[in-house]
Amino acid sequence: MAETPFTVPRPRSWVVDTYFMAHRAKLLDVAAFLDRVDRAPPDDGAAARTDDPRLVSLRAAIALLVDGEGDRARRILELFSDPSTDPIDRAPGKGAIGVWPDYDPDA
Amino acid sequence: MHYIDPHIHMVSRTTDDYARMAQAGCIAITEPAFWAGFDRSSAQGFHDYFRVLTETEPARAAQYGIRHFAWICINPKEAEDPGFAREVIALIPDFLDKPNVLGVGEIGLNKNSKNELEILEAQIALAKARDQLILVHTPHLEDKLKGTRLIMDALANHDVDPGRVLIDHVEEHTVGAVLDAGYWAGMTLYPDSKCTPERATDIIETYGRERIWINSAGDWGPSDPLAVPKCHVEMLRRGHPRETVKRISIDNPRTFLGQCAKFDVEDPS
Ligand SMILES: [Zn+2]
Repeated sequence: MAETPFTVPRPRSWVVDTYFMAHRAKLLDVAAFLDRVDRAPPDDGAAARTDDPRLVSLRAAIALLVDGEGDRARRILELFSDPSTDPIDRAPGKGAIGVWPDYDPDA
Repeated sequence: MHYIDPHIHMVSRTTDDYARMAQAGCIAITEPAFWAGFDRSSAQGFHDYFRVLTETEPARAAQYGIRHFAWICINPKEAEDPGFAREVIALIPDFLDKPNVLGVGEIGLNKNSKNELEILEAQIALAKARDQLILVHTPHLEDKLKGTRLIMDALANHDVDPGRVLIDHVEEHTVGAVLDAGYWAGMTLYPDSKCTPERATDIIETYGRERIWINSAGDWGPSDPLAVPKCHVEMLRRGHPRETVKRISIDNPRTFLGQCAKFDVEDPS
């Protein structure tokens, strides 16, 4: 038996009152993080840090926040995801970096 | 409020955590077999670990009035060597007969490799042959979406009843497909990855209260053994009724886990 999804029981003003300060702070953290990356000297011999695939995807994700569409969390997670469908031959290690390293914002 | 934490790795936690969880209202937990942060050097290492899950932890939990149940498997992070993994799989059937073991888990994928998939399928087949419940671990971060799809394909290929499978660590990009296919969905509350209490509550508001639960997945990494009651506070402050909290953290776990007769936790209300 499917149940109709429900919603936030409290009104929009309550949502803003309750969560605004925390998210204002999180946004400033993102801004300060990007500034910190810019201020740090480049690694020896490495490409400029702004080419790091994590930053490429992060900038693209930030753009999704203000494109006027809903479902932002789902769409950002999809942007960070490996879109391929076949299993890979061998696991290269155990870890994950948080974004699909081959994401190309111009593709 | 009373609650069940259906996914927590108490082997990595202190006895103080059991005490705090009991004080917060925890009446039962289930502990899936997982990666310990290092690779075991032998199948015997897994045998010892499975004894901890079926002997040591139930006794430790009982000191605080918490019922302890477990799931047995080889996890995907140690499944890249199929020969070794099959040695471990050979140990599983004996442990499935232990009085606190509810099924096979947490099986799944990590990097979505062919070897991981082979060992996942072998354990799905074992669970099916032994009529066991299945608890599924989905991959982390960028690998989750692809891995969740591969896992659901593997389960469908083995003709597993989706109502007897819980797919864990869902987020906004995977929860819809998991629920639509008839599986149960678990949301893990972590500080830096997976879901926060706020997002888990958003997902319940968006997808409903059916076939879904929350867990702390507390382990040796950044995690919080009290994440479940903290999420209850979030739900209540938004104005959700206590009945919804009970549905997510008592009724739903009892319905899914109760498909195994060994899970005999009574409704505390
Ligand atoms: Zn786990």
